[in-house]
Amino acid sequence: MARNETDLSTRPSVAVHTPGVTASGVGTDSASVMQLRDVSVYYGNYEAVRGTSMPIQQNQVTAMIGPSGCGKSTVLRALNRMNDPIPGARVSGEVLFHGQDLYAKDVDPIQVRRQIGMVFQKPNPFPKSIYDNVAYGLRINGIKGRLDDHVEEALTKAALWDEVKDKLRKSALALSGGQQQRLCIARTIAVKPQVILMDEPCSALDPIATAKIEDLMFELTNDYTIVIVTHNMQQAARVSHYTAFFTAEVDDQQVRHGRLVEFSQTGKLFTNPADKRTEDYITGRFG
Amino acid sequence: MTLTNKSPDPRSALAQRGRSALGDRVFSWWTLGTGLLVLAILGLILITTVREAWPAFDAMGFRFITERVWDPNPATGDAIFGALSFAYGTAISSLIALLFAVPVSVGIALFLTELAPRRLRGPAVTVIDLLAAVPSVVFGLWGILVVGPALVPVYQWIHDVFGGVPVLGSLFGPVTTGRNFMTAGLILAIMVTPIITSITREVFSTVPRADKDAALALGATRWEMIRGAVFPHSFGGVVGAVMLGLGRAMGETIAVALVIGGATNITANLFAPGNSMAAVIVQQFGESTGTFTAALIGLGVVLFAMTVLINVLAQVIVRRAEARMKGSVA
Repeated sequence: MARNETDLSTRPSVAVHTPGVTASGVGTDSASVMQLRDVSVYYGNYEAVRGTSMPIQQNQVTAMIGPSGCGKSTVLRALNRMNDPIPGARVSGEVLFHGQDLYAKDVDPIQVRRQIGMVFQKPNPFPKSIYDNVAYGLRINGIKGRLDDHVEEALTKAALWDEVKDKLRKSALALSGGQQQRLCIARTIAVKPQVILMDEPCSALDPIATAKIEDLMFELTNDYTIVIVTHNMQQAARVSHYTAFFTAEVDDQQVRHGRLVEFSQTGKLFTNPADKRTEDYITGRFG
Repeated sequence: MTLTNKSPDPRSALAQRGRSALGDRVFSWWTLGTGLLVLAILGLILITTVREAWPAFDAMGFRFITERVWDPNPATGDAIFGALSFAYGTAISSLIALLFAVPVSVGIALFLTELAPRRLRGPAVTVIDLLAAVPSVVFGLWGILVVGPALVPVYQWIHDVFGGVPVLGSLFGPVTTGRNFMTAGLILAIMVTPIITSITREVFSTVPRADKDAALALGATRWEMIRGAVFPHSFGGVVGAVMLGLGRAMGETIAVALVIGGATNITANLFAPGNSMAAVIVQQFGESTGTFTAALIGLGVVLFAMTVLINVLAQVIVRRAEARMKGSVA
């Protein structure tokens, strides 16, 4: 598969290597594109999430589940430095992308986000036409070739082309919620990132629109790696290959914080969880 | 169950309650009334000013707006009242004001909403709002005593450099005084900047975090994020802010009267003295009688009409541009 050159820094070249999978319970059958090593996220002095280590497997869907306030969205946003604009937000540990720490000094967050895109909880198309929504990312990324072709390709991949091909100049805000979310996915894949982060992408959608997005995720794994945060366990079980279960804990100083409890293949996590807390959560005894 | 409704008949339970119905009716009368009041006041202003100005309109006909000569006391013949020179002065000084004020205001507003550290925002906003609190006569005196004289060498230098260039040469013509279109425009720019800044800042701050996040997640730089997410969202509001600023600039009287130079003059030379409609009214009203007074009121009518026309035009532009930018909704 053709990949974009992975160069996140202003330096001419970065050593790119793919580390082996080290997390427990994970086979080495597929390569990891990202790797979290002891990642903690702080807001000011408050440590919101502590010591997260897990891999993100290439061309697979990795789900992050857990109760509210367990830090799953916080960790997701740490993967493409979307926490940077939040005043006081800080990350410790290493977030490796092809072996390169995304928080290293010479890494440009803008380049990080061009490689690792994000789809948000509430569909958030720009107040522009459908065409311009997709073209925006292409334009700012200076993507060569005919813009029309790229826009069509992205909309087709997002399974939206047939529904919007006759109204590309119409406002994106006139689309239904499910269509808007697929437009946001089209906009994200148009710039050809390697990884797509999805933060509860279906929570504002009806079941039919949700099913369409889930089908789409499966299709997208041909070309992309997907990380999805969801509070819907059935969704995680349906769409993901790997699942990370987070929970909120209270430490000795009575400080509440998020923590990764268990990471494994989705089938195993849901049928035979290693940790009692995971079992309690997935069987509905907690959360 | 002492709290049970005494009348189990659903029809009476759903019947209109007198209290809330009265409240709603009073509210709707009140809001309708205040809305109509605005229209009535506007209409009355228009009718009475046109009536007061009628002798001048009657004497001059359409020449009132096409004639550039303004001569209330000619040595021979009838007085001539032409508003064109002053309309030109109003337009050109306001245009200069916007040319300087809009980029500065939008820049300040962007800085305050997107870049400035949180603890700097409050004080900066206060300082800018204070600028709006300075009385216009103070700006006028400052312009006539300090800014005008100080700018003469600058104007002279600009004339020396660009005087020979084709188009710029006519814009930056000979300098005779510091009281001219350019000085009036600059003083007006300072006066309208706080208004435009404070409204554009409000508009920018209504851009949803989600829209900005969307742009950033596509790998946008801050500037690309502003262009892609902030501007399309705020275009209409920013134009509204500019229109309010323009309204202030066109209507500004005393500051302009002090610094524009007081000449009846239509010239491309921005360094030449001229006059504006509002300034002429305040300068000459005290010594006017009869048709002369009517002509001055006529200037007010023309100014009023210009302002309304520009506002309507701006709304059309905003609607067109938004339809193009955002895509049609239908």
